[in-house]
Amino acid sequence: MKIRLEHLTKRFPNRNKKIASEVIAVNDFDFEIPDGKLIGLLGPSGCGKSTALNLICGLEVPTEGKIFFDDDDVTKLPPENRGVGMVFQSYALYPHLTVRKNIMFPLENLKGDKKLTREQMEEKVMEAAKTVQIEELLDRRPNEMSGGQQQRVAIARALVKMPRVLLLDEPLSNLDARLRIQTREEIKRIQNTTGITTIFVTHDQEEAMSISDMIVVMKEGVVNQIGKPQEVYDNPVNLFVAKFLGTPPINVYNGSVKGGELYIGEDKILGKDFVKDVKDQDVYVGIRPEGFVLDENLEGKKGALKAELKAIEVMGRDTSVVFKHASSENPSRAIVTADNNISSSSGEIRFDVNPKKVFVFAKDSEERLI
Amino acid sequence: MKSNNLKAWLYLLPAILFLGVFMVYPLIDVLIYSVEEGYNSASQTSYGTGLYNYSYVLHDPYFLQAIKNTFIIVIITVPLSTGLALLISLGLNSIKKLKELFQTIFFLPYVTNTLAVGLVFMIMFKKTPYTDGLINMILALFGKGPVDFIDGPYWAKMFVMCFYTVWVVLPFKILILTSALASVDEVYYKAAKIDGTPRLRIFTRITLPMISPMIFYLVITGFIGAFKAYSDEVAIFGTNLNAAGMNTIVGYVYDMLYGDSGGYPSYASAAALILFAIVFTITCINLLISRKQPV
Ligand SMILES: Nc1ncnc2c1ncn2[C@@H]1O[C@H](COP(=O)(O)OP(=O)(O)O)[C@@H](O)[C@H]1O
Ligand SMILES: [Mg+2]
Repeated sequence: MKIRLEHLTKRFPNRNKKIASEVIAVNDFDFEIPDGKLIGLLGPSGCGKSTALNLICGLEVPTEGKIFFDDDDVTKLPPENRGVGMVFQSYALYPHLTVRKNIMFPLENLKGDKKLTREQMEEKVMEAAKTVQIEELLDRRPNEMSGGQQQRVAIARALVKMPRVLLLDEPLSNLDARLRIQTREEIKRIQNTTGITTIFVTHDQEEAMSISDMIVVMKEGVVNQIGKPQEVYDNPVNLFVAKFLGTPPINVYNGSVKGGELYIGEDKILGKDFVKDVKDQDVYVGIRPEGFVLDENLEGKKGALKAELKAIEVMGRDTSVVFKHASSENPSRAIVTADNNISSSSGEIRFDVNPKKVFVFAKDSEERLI
Repeated sequence: MKSNNLKAWLYLLPAILFLGVFMVYPLIDVLIYSVEEGYNSASQTSYGTGLYNYSYVLHDPYFLQAIKNTFIIVIITVPLSTGLALLISLGLNSIKKLKELFQTIFFLPYVTNTLAVGLVFMIMFKKTPYTDGLINMILALFGKGPVDFIDGPYWAKMFVMCFYTVWVVLPFKILILTSALASVDEVYYKAAKIDGTPRLRIFTRITLPMISPMIFYLVITGFIGAFKAYSDEVAIFGTNLNAAGMNTIVGYVYDMLYGDSGGYPSYASAAALILFAIVFTITCINLLISRKQPV
């Protein structure tokens, strides 16, 4: 089922009562989520991701705007009539109930002609438990399970009613690193097998990029960019999106466009065919770590960008080159293949850059120029 | 290992000494008193040992009355006050505006002296030659009464007593239950709301189980407290509780020691140990039930 948001806005009175101004947690969301896809809603903490999710599931009422599930306007429907399943960050499993009873809980609320017999409920519980592979744990209590297992139970509970939409609010943030990778693949698998339109909230860009069919990058309540993860990564619309995606993060320099050419400090990085028709001005230049190219004899003695080498970090497959350029406050990081046998770890190092990995942003608006 | 053990005991020593001197020793002493027959406190002598004191106490109509009164107070006030406190706490928890004000109002009785409150109750309920008291005036509006609540029939006195007891213990229970309710994580209610759980079901399946440890705590301490009631009775009916027919077990013990008919530490000890046995049994039953919480 596809979800359409029309000018969806949520304003809260400020939590700090001394401040009169309202907080715009969700600001004019206007986009469509395609049917049967896994969507990553991505942004830093406090940018309104949970609020957006709560609006979609019906826990919050929008200040303005509408929500459509397919062609039904669900804006005014209570959550239980929307057919949504939600997984909370802390799982919200009822601690006094066994896993079986937790998963059964939503079914027991069904009324009227949807009411199920005990056997039907047991069957559905079993089915949901099988989907997330926790059949053996049904008689345990939540506190007798690991975080990852609790997570699966929470997903099973959200799935048991066969929702039209599955919503997950930071589902992995309480897990340790290894489990996180495992569980996110698990979520992808479950989404694939059930085909339920799924929205997945996270502040971890790697998480969102790795499993989403589409990501929505937001900042301070405003959607900045929507697209396939690779597209957004390769074509960020502004400095924020460019900085937010990618590990290690993009390197940002103070640069300038002069006479149709791109400069970082005194170093001319790229020429006229790259810059095309951007006016002369000061700009931010963003270069992805994989966008640095060492010269042919693989020693970093030739290239447009001159910098001071700080360290070489060998990571097996790749080598991470840490260097400092005067036009950036922070040290930069380049990822090059391990074939580059740079002998020393100090002195001058020179790079060329891959134009595809270089982005230019306006100084004031931080919008993308090139 | 050995020296560690020694250290631990050393740390415990002050507490053990304190408990020994002020708890264990008196308890043993009471036990001894209760089995010494014909004990004379002046000469500190007795005829011998036996269970006569218990038999005397158990056949004393005043003691039987005290037991009856105590049990009535316990059985009525503990469930009533806990239930009422739960209702009020739920109300308090669901209002947004003026929550703190109401919380303070409900808590006020707790910081007020019980004897002073007793006086107020007396004024409200007592019939004097000049006035029938506030409650009787209200009853008169409905064409009922007047009833003498303080010196009148047993049920009227018991009504005042239970009313007062509930009123006195309510604030503490409300305090405990409001904080218990507030400590239930909001996210459970959100999860329940997504599934369209009816309110009553939310209460019985989520709220109640989550605050049940606190409810059990209140019931257990409530039982113990009500079994030990005494000062509240004095506040309303004065010190001669036997005459008023409103004595409690603790009141009986006190009277046996220091009352007008007092000077019988052996009877007092026997009565005290009977009370101890009752409270101990009830608390054990309570604990057993709370362990076996159904899900
Ligand atoms: N119930 C509320 N009342 C007031 N402000 C709120 C409320 N819920 C969220 N906010 C504010 O809205 C903004 C977005 O919050 P949230 O959606 O929780 O962000 P995220 O989930 O992205 O971390 C924050 O500034 C937060 O303080
Ligand atoms: Mg959040």
